[in-house]
Amino acid sequence: MFDALSELFGSPIIAAFVSAIVPLVFIVPFVIIAVYMERKVAGHMQDRLGPMRVGYHGILQTVADFFKLLQKEDITASSIDKRFFNVAPFLVFAGSYAVYAALPFTSSMLGSKIDIGLFFIVAASGLVVAGILMAGWSSNNKYSLYGALRSAAQIVSYEIPTIIVILSVVMFTRTLSLAEMSEMQTAYFWNWNIFGGAEWNLTKLLITPFMMIAFLIFYISSLAEVNRTPFDMPEAESELVAGYHTEYSGIKFSMFFLAEYANMFAVSAIAVAIFLGGYQSPFGYVGNLIGAEWLVQVEQLFWFISKGMFFVFVQMWLRWTLPRVRVDQLMTICWKYLIPYSFVNLIIIGIITLI
Amino acid sequence: MKTEELILNMGPQHPSTHGVLRLELELEGEVVNKVTPHIGYLHRCFEKHAEAMTYPQVIPYTDRMDYLASMYNNFGYVIGVEKLLGIEVPERVQYIRVIMGELQRIASHLVALGTYGLDIGAFTPFLYLFRDREKILTLFEITCGARLLYNYMWVGGLSHDLHPDFVRLTREFIKYYRPNITELNNLLTFNKIFVERTANIGVLPAETAINYGISGPNLRASGVKFDLRRNDPYSIYDRFDFEIPVGEGMMGTVGDCWDRYYVRVLELEQSLRIIEQALDQLPEGDVQSAIPKRIKPPVGSVYTRVENPKGELGYFIISDGSVNPFRVKVRAPSFVNLSIINELSRGHLVADIVAILGSIDIVLGEIDR
Amino acid sequence: MRQYFINTWEGIWTVLVGMRITFGHLFTPAVTIQYPDVKVPLPERVRNRLYVNIDDCIGCDQCSRACPVNCIEIETVKSLPTEDLGTTSNGKKKALWVTKFDIDIAKCCYCQLCVFPCPTDCIYMTDVYEFSEYDRNDLIYNFSTLKPEESAEKKANFEKLRLEKEAQKLAAAKAKEEADAKKAAEIKKEDSSKTE
Repeated sequence: MFDALSELFGSPIIAAFVSAIVPLVFIVPFVIIAVYMERKVAGHMQDRLGPMRVGYHGILQTVADFFKLLQKEDITASSIDKRFFNVAPFLVFAGSYAVYAALPFTSSMLGSKIDIGLFFIVAASGLVVAGILMAGWSSNNKYSLYGALRSAAQIVSYEIPTIIVILSVVMFTRTLSLAEMSEMQTAYFWNWNIFGGAEWNLTKLLITPFMMIAFLIFYISSLAEVNRTPFDMPEAESELVAGYHTEYSGIKFSMFFLAEYANMFAVSAIAVAIFLGGYQSPFGYVGNLIGAEWLVQVEQLFWFISKGMFFVFVQMWLRWTLPRVRVDQLMTICWKYLIPYSFVNLIIIGIITLI
Repeated sequence: MKTEELILNMGPQHPSTHGVLRLELELEGEVVNKVTPHIGYLHRCFEKHAEAMTYPQVIPYTDRMDYLASMYNNFGYVIGVEKLLGIEVPERVQYIRVIMGELQRIASHLVALGTYGLDIGAFTPFLYLFRDREKILTLFEITCGARLLYNYMWVGGLSHDLHPDFVRLTREFIKYYRPNITELNNLLTFNKIFVERTANIGVLPAETAINYGISGPNLRASGVKFDLRRNDPYSIYDRFDFEIPVGEGMMGTVGDCWDRYYVRVLELEQSLRIIEQALDQLPEGDVQSAIPKRIKPPVGSVYTRVENPKGELGYFIISDGSVNPFRVKVRAPSFVNLSIINELSRGHLVADIVAILGSIDIVLGEIDR
Repeated sequence: MRQYFINTWEGIWTVLVGMRITFGHLFTPAVTIQYPDVKVPLPERVRNRLYVNIDDCIGCDQCSRACPVNCIEIETVKSLPTEDLGTTSNGKKKALWVTKFDIDIAKCCYCQLCVFPCPTDCIYMTDVYEFSEYDRNDLIYNFSTLKPEESAEKKANFEKLRLEKEAQKLAAAKAKEEADAKKAAEIKKEDSSKTE
């Protein structure tokens, strides 16, 4: 996309700006829809209706909330560390925004076609930790501090199983580029990585269950990385009030909110890209059938977003079903369960790939 | 290196202190060394007020102590005054009181279980349980017109007779409600995360519980089979066949948070059984015939205790022969149960404080009175 | 080691069980209603805002005495013997002007204790439950139909009557005193005449 844009504008700098803005065009409407969806899912799962007042079935509720947050007073307590306090929400958002640079929405629509896309995503999402720590520390609030420290420990720990799982997939596909990885899983759904890739042989059959386990581990640890229930320790409403963003209000609070939801989609999208065929359609393309090239791109966008949205929905579903684990159990799950399982899985997938 | 303990004030405005309770936590990292509860934010001078009221006027005030179990607060008080007066109440009144009391026990336990799930982080069971509690409140509403603060049981009788539909609706409710206990168990009780959060946390040995004067489900969860409905029957509780569930340490140690939670779940079923039996035996009759025109008990004092959903609710009433009680002292179960919090939470994590506090099921209206 | 795998399995299985339950609820109809648009029909015994049918009130003050929070304030003035206040709907004769019948509904605790002692059933609880106000003083309901000048008049009338009665009484007493004095004087006279 970057090449096409720089040809169009004649300047790589303008092209870079434009392609940097494209994900924002996606994120803001997505967050508005996702917050609405979250509330509706929560409502219906709890035998309620959720928002019903603003617009048809409350469809404009989050838009109204967004404007409310914009015009709210920006409260800053007197004894906070102003610099860090102001920077933190934007840093957190930048961390989750950076991930979008390497997400392949379609075969041509991706911010940057870097070869080390997965590596970049893992590295960039680490920025979130710094932001959360800053927010917690600068708030000068004990609850915020606890939330931030928990969060730092949690995200750093859960990166390990995530990376090991990614490693096992990379071993199998032999590429770090998400675009290439998606391209490999083309055509039908049995070609997806979770079903052992596009090649038909014995390894496909052998590898499928382990890929499924890998997917499960990846999904669980990605839940922890985005601080969703059952791993929402940093926010842990019933213990820490609101965790690291207790002292925030107005637009800064909404930046945290935006980052959380952007992250939710990002991790779902990564899971989709490396396991579930990315933007590939599960049943072939209508565009190819009727010979319309542009339609394929639209279809790819549709499949990518709908697959991502499905996993966002599963995250919501889990949130409204499960209790929250305790902070030490969180570590137990990571170090005693997910990491050993993912290591064993890594070894098995490695062996199968070799034969 | 010089280190200091971190003092964390939890409450009075905190999502999970169940009202306006302030807990002063002394923390070492996330480990709790000491918990000091500070109470009194909801003090409304119930006992002093009662001295200026006539006997029937005290009843609306008792409603407001444990506002989740108002019927039972009425129950204990009217039994006390009736004992002081030496009057017998009609059979039908006794039965209706038991039905209402047990419905109230279910309603109160539903709140306890639901908010406990909320403390642990599960939002959805809370709303399912509140949905069912609403049905009970509707039963109360058709009977006496109020949903929360009933003023229903009067000295010597009841304010209203049962609504003509009440028996049918209650039977329907029981039929509707039974399967929901299983659903709750599947959704929350046996959920692995929930079990991990609550089992082996805040273990209360039987001896400590007795020493602290703990009562109600919290005592029974420690394995002590003590229920005033059985051990010191008041009203007509000796006529019903029901079991007293005790903690067995199914998921961990006897007397842990999970046991305290599960005893309440089991009590739901037992209360349903009592209601069914009472509905079957319900006699006809007038509910207001025994109400005295002017309540003026002879000089004397009385202590009555009833098995409130939270524990032993005792009323000590002194009469000086006038229309106003000379003194009404309440032994509030929540107040006594709260005293155990420091003992239970030493050495646990901050997150466990919430679990422990939720499992002893306090109502601040009763603690502060 | 076995426990390790059991824990893993239980962890996954119970989560799935829970997810099945919540998913089922996704498609059950909601139990909540859209409150201001839809309202639950209230049962007949419902206890909400107090209402006083002042035409039936005989001013006996029993409700005010029964109230545990003293939210009912009643002032009455005796009527003149010449005035006829009529009877209540259940045939009780009214003898008092109710010059003030205020209920501070903000104080009211909806316990219904005032309703039962009323001899004419004129105070009762209605099913109106939406009556919030911006000013707390608006929650003090005046049920007395008498205008302030009317009540002043009634009070003046009664005062006049009282004064008249007092004057009469005084006059009577005076007359009696005089008569007594006269009598005493006469007796004294008689006595003195006897002794003479």
